[in-house]
Amino acid sequence: MAVNTQAVGKTYEPVVYAVGREKIREYARAVGETNPVHLDVQAARDAGYTDVVAPPMFAVVYGAPAVGPPIFDPEIELNFAMMVHGGQEFEWGPLVLAGDEITTTASVKDISERDGRGYYVFESISANQRGEQVCRGTWTNIVRGV
Amino acid sequence: MPMTDLRVGTRIPEVRVTPDKYLTVRYAGASGDFNPIHIDEEFARAVGLPGRILHGLWTMAQVARAQTEAAGGPEHLKRLSVQFRGMGLPEQEVVVSGTVREASDGTVVIETVAEQGGNQIIRNAEAEVVR
Repeated sequence: MAVNTQAVGKTYEPVVYAVGREKIREYARAVGETNPVHLDVQAARDAGYTDVVAPPMFAVVYGAPAVGPPIFDPEIELNFAMMVHGGQEFEWGPLVLAGDEITTTASVKDISERDGRGYYVFESISANQRGEQVCRGTWTNIVRGV
Repeated sequence: MPMTDLRVGTRIPEVRVTPDKYLTVRYAGASGDFNPIHIDEEFARAVGLPGRILHGLWTMAQVARAQTEAAGGPEHLKRLSVQFRGMGLPEQEVVVSGTVREASDGTVVIETVAEQGGNQIIRNAEAEVVR
């Protein structure tokens, strides 16, 4: 067993992300969103939202800062140079809107080894300022040659 | 496409998008992922890649967009899981296609792939959308 599994279950400090209107618009344009609720404040208000709506995959913007620390945690000994992003899952709750404040807590869900590859699975739980869970992310990173 | 049209076997409308030469730079700024394999041609080649590669999460966002456009808005997408395979390249068309696998009262499960030049760069993608 070449992977160190001792950190399984470890939880990291929560990271708070303030969701800005222009950040949502910048992200929406970069991924090619055309739905005006992501781009136009008036269209979002006409649709019943208080401000522009983050596309679901905006979860990477508020979630990634929380997942960085476990990837670089010396206790995990993850060889970043040999890492590839193997899989990703998101489960969404209420939509995230500009003006929300999202708190994300990351943890180590699993570390295992198969066929000479290390599988490092991190989980992120994100909640808005009302305590509603807006997203649960499962980030699977594969390290070759462990 | 109204949600009621999403029946087992229905193919959702394809999303076709050709990321331009500087897309990875804009996505790096938008997402905060500045890994040089996505934005620096020389660095990418030095680590054995054919050149700068697309961010997997940008491609996943195209898969997500195919679901939300098929279902009628972002509020319908409740879950999406994907596996990344191979690598996507700028300036080549990405095609996202999907088929409804299950449809119950309130929930529809859609199986999706993203291909580029015949290579699946996202496979086994499974989306759950709600009415």
